[in-house]
Amino acid sequence: MRQKLASLSLQLLLAVAASLVFAGANAAGGSNYPMEAFDADLEDLPSLQNGYRLYANYCLGCHSLKYQRYERTADDLQIPHEVALEQLVFTGQLIGGLMTTAMDPNKAKEWFGAPPPDLTMVTRVRGPEWVYNYLKTFYVDETRPFGVNNKVFPNVGMPHALLELQGVQREGCLQVPEIAANGGERRDPLVAGQTITHEQCGLLYVEEGTGLYSAEEYDAAMYDLTNFLHYVAEPSRLQRQRTGVYVLLFLIILGVFTYLLNREFWKGVH
Amino acid sequence: MSDSSSQPSSNKPPHAGVRFMEWLDARFPATETWEYHLSKYYAPKNHNFWYLMGWIATVVLVNQLLTGIWLTMSYVPDGVNAFASVEYIMRDVEYGWLLRYLHSTGASAFFVVVYLHMFRGMMYGSYQKPRELIWLIGMAIFVVLMAEGFFGYLLPWGNMSFWGAQVIVSLVGAIPVIGPDMMEWVRGDFLMSDITLNRFFALHVVALPLVLVMLVFVHFVALHHVGSNNPDGIEIKDHKDENGVPLDGLPFWPYTVTHDIHATVIFLFIFCAVVFFAPEMGGYFLEKPNFEVANPLKTPEHIAPVWYYTPFYAMLRAVTYPLLGVDAKFWGFVVMAGAIVVPALLPWLDRSPVKSIRYKGNWSKWMLGLFVVAFFILGYLGTVTPSTWATILSQVCTLIYFAYFVLMPWYTRIEKTKPVPDRVTSL
Repeated sequence: MRQKLASLSLQLLLAVAASLVFAGANAAGGSNYPMEAFDADLEDLPSLQNGYRLYANYCLGCHSLKYQRYERTADDLQIPHEVALEQLVFTGQLIGGLMTTAMDPNKAKEWFGAPPPDLTMVTRVRGPEWVYNYLKTFYVDETRPFGVNNKVFPNVGMPHALLELQGVQREGCLQVPEIAANGGERRDPLVAGQTITHEQCGLLYVEEGTGLYSAEEYDAAMYDLTNFLHYVAEPSRLQRQRTGVYVLLFLIILGVFTYLLNREFWKGVH
Repeated sequence: MSDSSSQPSSNKPPHAGVRFMEWLDARFPATETWEYHLSKYYAPKNHNFWYLMGWIATVVLVNQLLTGIWLTMSYVPDGVNAFASVEYIMRDVEYGWLLRYLHSTGASAFFVVVYLHMFRGMMYGSYQKPRELIWLIGMAIFVVLMAEGFFGYLLPWGNMSFWGAQVIVSLVGAIPVIGPDMMEWVRGDFLMSDITLNRFFALHVVALPLVLVMLVFVHFVALHHVGSNNPDGIEIKDHKDENGVPLDGLPFWPYTVTHDIHATVIFLFIFCAVVFFAPEMGGYFLEKPNFEVANPLKTPEHIAPVWYYTPFYAMLRAVTYPLLGVDAKFWGFVVMAGAIVVPALLPWLDRSPVKSIRYKGNWSKWMLGLFVVAFFILGYLGTVTPSTWATILSQVCTLIYFAYFVLMPWYTRIEKTKPVPDRVTSL
């Protein structure tokens, strides 16, 4: 009986734990585009700084980060205040100011149908993976008001702000290599070195020479931009995790003493 | 703390500490209270894991009160500024993020612990005579806690805060005849607004915490009057030594206290692991749409309450039939409210001659097992978007949930119970 109860309690605990750990199934939906994975690195300062630079130059004009301050961002990213003020603050604000935009929300509503949303916590609402893929999947679609559409956010009411960096991306049919059972590309047995391909549609490709960045450079830049947004969404994240390690270590040591204390008091009890 | 009555007589004047206690005891029942509630309060020595939950719940309550007080120092209850003030706490207030995560994780921890605490009571029959009142006070605490969580959830003024509160408040509107007017009265406005936010703030921060603390105090008083139950469900007061000390009891101080201190550290380890490494808990403790400011024009794709309400929310949604010309929503509300309150009847539904599940028959064991399974399934179903199978499954589970209570007078009477030992067994 006792064993039964113990196993019942254990099962219950496991069930509770499982129901809690269960990954959030309620992520933002909308499209079934197969997302590329994104693995943030908040210790990569050059990446965060580049992301901040890109955001200030290409995004902040419309999308505010109004819960975050320039000063906090500059300090966390180890950018000297003078440099930040000179190169990253375009609104004449002081370093302690919030990262707002000068755009008039009423006019913005006229222009875009809805004012561009604040993006301070976009990676907490939609996840960094979503943002990373969103930034990479704008493609030409003449039926849309701004001439572009997006794979992960279909019919988005926004132009491709990074067009000059990425270049013109189109959706179309491409010859893709067939994959053999061993995981490699299938070769034509009759023509040496020739890969067997088939046509696949709905793929995105960039017209060569239309962008300032190569495909790899653009991917890296979007990684930095997403990484920066991931930082802004919760600037205390690193501090939280670092503090957490010490807190847990302290509790383990404290636990040894409380265990010994308990054992000492209960020694004579049977 | 010394016992002033047992001082050896001598010519030396008593120690300053002793004299101080004499002075104090003449004016305030200090020693008496210490002895009654701690050093001479006897807890059964076969208490197991489940008996730690009440103590842990108290720890969480203190955490909620303290972090809550500090959060109100920077939070602004205002329809325009509330959301920004939470982010101000997260970014600009020193260790504000820690206060906020301790409070938000504490809310979830509170319910984990309270559900385990209530399950313990159901398993070992802690609601049975003479502990009916402790159980009823506990049920009142549970209901107030649910209200406290609900009011608190609106305060960050995120989009899920707004729409979650909107859904629950609109249930009032489903009451026939007076519903719509009453809904307006509850909100204080024609829609969820600054006025609603401010009254929820007053209730969350002043009214309900006061009620909660008073109820918890009364819960303790009633408990210490009759003494704790134990996994065997027998009364340790039935067997006392010549000094009137229960043979199977150990004084709360220091025996229960040393257990509880160690349990607190283990609990804090798990709790802090969440606070520092997974405060959102994958969207279950902090829901993703709540990182967007409340927007009356933008309904979240899928409105789901926080996990601790989902079993009851699933029962609300399980009711899909209008009855007596009244909307199904109203009956769903009735079923949900009934599901929350029905455990209060347990002391009178349980007709078993024994208390603990250890000595009850197979019926009780199976029904309790089914009840737990149904509760977990309902909890899961409350988080997903409704579908045909989900509705049918939640209807079945709702029936099982209520069957556990409604059929109890019969199955606890007909089943064959095992003989109860005279003295407590081990864990």
